[in-house]
Amino acid sequence: MVPEIVRRLVATIPVMGVVAIAVFALLHVTPGDPAVIIAGDYATAEDVAKIRAKLGLDQPFVTQVGIWLGRIVRGDLGTSIYSGLPVTTLIGQRAEATIALTLMSMLISVGVAVPLGVLAAWKKGSLIDRAVMVFAVSGFSMPTFWLGFVLVYVFAVSLHWLPVQGFQPIERGFWPFLRHLILPAITLSLVFMALIARMTRASMLGVLSEDYIRTAFAKGLAPRRVLVRHALKNAALPIVTIIGLGFALLIGGAVVTESVFALPGLGRLTVDAIIRRDYPVIQGVILVVSGVYVLLNLVVDLVYVVVDPRIKY
Amino acid sequence: MAPAKPALEPDHLSRGARIIRFVRRQPTLVVGLVVLAVIVVAGLLAPLWWTGDPLEMRPAERLTSPVTGHWFGTDNFGRDVYTRTIYGTRISLIVGATVSIVSLLIGTTLGLVIGFYRRLDAVMMRVMDGLMAIPAILLALALMALMKASVRNVIIALVIPEIPRVIRVVRASVLSLREHTMVEGVRALGARTPRILLRYMLPALMAPLIVQATYICASAILFEAYLSFLGAGTPPHIPSWGNIMAEGKTYVQLAFWIILFPGLFLALTVLAINLVGDGLRETLDVR
Repeated sequence: MVPEIVRRLVATIPVMGVVAIAVFALLHVTPGDPAVIIAGDYATAEDVAKIRAKLGLDQPFVTQVGIWLGRIVRGDLGTSIYSGLPVTTLIGQRAEATIALTLMSMLISVGVAVPLGVLAAWKKGSLIDRAVMVFAVSGFSMPTFWLGFVLVYVFAVSLHWLPVQGFQPIERGFWPFLRHLILPAITLSLVFMALIARMTRASMLGVLSEDYIRTAFAKGLAPRRVLVRHALKNAALPIVTIIGLGFALLIGGAVVTESVFALPGLGRLTVDAIIRRDYPVIQGVILVVSGVYVLLNLVVDLVYVVVDPRIKY
Repeated sequence: MAPAKPALEPDHLSRGARIIRFVRRQPTLVVGLVVLAVIVVAGLLAPLWWTGDPLEMRPAERLTSPVTGHWFGTDNFGRDVYTRTIYGTRISLIVGATVSIVSLLIGTTLGLVIGFYRRLDAVMMRVMDGLMAIPAILLALALMALMKASVRNVIIALVIPEIPRVIRVVRASVLSLREHTMVEGVRALGARTPRILLRYMLPALMAPLIVQATYICASAILFEAYLSFLGAGTPPHIPSWGNIMAEGKTYVQLAFWIILFPGLFLALTVLAINLVGDGLRETLDVR
């Protein structure tokens, strides 16, 4: 098992290498001189030259890629053009809000969607099943930020139950922290919920038609026991996979959700950096987020081994 | 004994009965198509639906609520939200359709080539894995940061993240088709690779690609709104749904209608396209 984990970790290196090069190459494949674009419309020739030197854009392309990869390996993501702070520091400051938001959304989604999917599959063709499917397809079509505003309007502006926006770090108490996260987390979880509910239903339908399920029901086991212990356990693989793959969706949604609720997370950092054309920050965030995505899917692969003893690497 | 006749011979049904049967068998597809058709007509013939000028500002009527003359109310410049929402349909549909067509064209071409040449395949799929590890919205945002805000550039920024995903679908089908007896047969008859790809593989790929196109179209429409909402999409003077809502976000408490109505249209459009996609997936029996 341990050598396997090491081998898989090593296998992610080329993928991360591609991400790093792609993120770097973005600057050069887009039309125009990147230094001029980053400097903005009101920049003097001097500003442009300064930025060009700062980002190393005056070097040959291959040298630039080499320098960039070398820095990443050492954990240096460069410094922000706007604030002059190291990008790693900026990311560190903003990580808490995003981690809290995505984790909570994931918990809500899995907690709601898996039971819904199981129920829909069990009562296939019933009203409950149809309702779950309608919910899944509409959840998937819902614009995240719009849903956020609707929830803010109903629960914060009209009912005054929850704060309109903002974030409280967890050190200042769990309840204020949670209160500020409820609406954003619900907003963000809906798309994910739709995805997981659909996958759970599809996967459960496959398993429920198996002979051993009929046997389990026939010998008089409680439906709940058959569904959870016999069926869900065997339907778990595709569900775990979609949770891993869906993380990309969750991060994309987080960027938008953080904007709606003014959460000081990585999404806000990116959007601010884009408006200021602070390219080192943009590159750094994309690199870190993609790295997390790759690692998460590695974890999912390893979870397979735990969930399904038949799989051996 | 005479060969048994099928219990229900479809040809006996009248035209009307056949339509009814189609609707009953494919309710998702039909509902999706009908809603989508209404939205397309609304957008195409925008000037006909009692709309005004989407850019006209009437400062005296700023932030008026939907009850007073303006069906969807007015925004902070006194522009009619109903008119702007109807005109916004055009931008969304143009972006959705163009992004899905362009990314399919590029992705299918590359996918056919990559899937067929084994040597290319191993390397290219690692590259695709890397590219797909970058969340699409972040990649699109980063691209927009480097390009001038315009509808064309939004389309480019949305096509690029989709291409590796299309390539993957095409490649997977090519890999399985390559071992198919049909392909082995025509190869034995002397058909060359380009002919095999275009005449024998492409037609077999049509069904999954059509389904894929609907999903790309739906997500492109959503992403265009996200980009515009975040201030990195369609230029602000164009009334796209994302832009209308971006301007309305300051007035959530005062004038919720500025966000409510364009968002409803956006959700409904994406929903209709997703329904068409689900319906087609079932009808064409993809996967």
